[in-house]
Amino acid sequence: MDVLAQHSPPPVRAIIVAHGALADGLASAVQQITGRGSMFHAMSNSGLSLADIKDSVSRALDETGARVIFTDLPAGSCTMAVRKIMRARIDVTVVTGVNLSVLLDFAMHETIDPVTAARSALERGRASIVAHGA
Amino acid sequence: MPIALYRIDDRLIHGQVVVGWGQPLELRFIVLVDDDVAGSEWEQELYRMGVPPEMEVHFLAVDEAAAALPAFQSDSRPGLVLVGDIDTMTRLIAQSGHTIHAVNVGGVHHAAGRTPRLRYVFLSPIEEAGLQSIAHGGVEVTAQDVPGSPAVPLAELLLATLDG
Repeated sequence: MDVLAQHSPPPVRAIIVAHGALADGLASAVQQITGRGSMFHAMSNSGLSLADIKDSVSRALDETGARVIFTDLPAGSCTMAVRKIMRARIDVTVVTGVNLSVLLDFAMHETIDPVTAARSALERGRASIVAHGA
Repeated sequence: MPIALYRIDDRLIHGQVVVGWGQPLELRFIVLVDDDVAGSEWEQELYRMGVPPEMEVHFLAVDEAAAALPAFQSDSRPGLVLVGDIDTMTRLIAQSGHTIHAVNVGGVHHAAGRTPRLRYVFLSPIEEAGLQSIAHGGVEVTAQDVPGSPAVPLAELLLATLDG
């Protein structure tokens, strides 16, 4: 039995690009809850120009084979950079406004294709934002 | 009302501009001055997406912006003029008849040949000379990414290193 293969981390299924340390934090939280955090490639826009964010994410797409990208602000520089990439790469899907519920749902549906899983997960993410109390 | 902020930021319209400055300054319009974006409808659409409905965005080339600046400067609503690099700001100041009195360096990020000055400002020797030239024209140049952080005067900026 190939023990190494048995314990190797799952392939990257999505990239998270966000401000500050948010992407790392989200992937870490997914890891803590499900053990599946390594299916996400976490990236920060810190210290990067729009052109550099675009280049970094393009490289990550090439290196990981992922075609789903989660970003934080719908109109922040991370999303802007990804939208520019999408002009040339029509196979890329971006989901903005990422939160932990979105990623957990996505992570738990690893048997379906990543784009379908992402579209399904965003409904869970929307539903998770609720105000309680007065 | 004079323009509230003349900003150099290579990310152009993004969270710091729209939320970080936009809300405290109660911005009602942004003038994005960039020769490339002014000629690209899809890029304009992309940047427009980042702006709340109560905020107008004008996309102008440098010569168009210089001609339109007096009208923007006399607008009663708070506005922000945004460029992506130091050279564009230099040209805008010159072509607009030196009616810009303060410039905010909000984001010039890492690139080959640039020296790190602040977490959000990296400058090449040519860019440093460009900022000094702007300042020698009587313009107050400071670096400040968001309203809550200190404004760093140009002289201090050019001596700064990320190590401290």
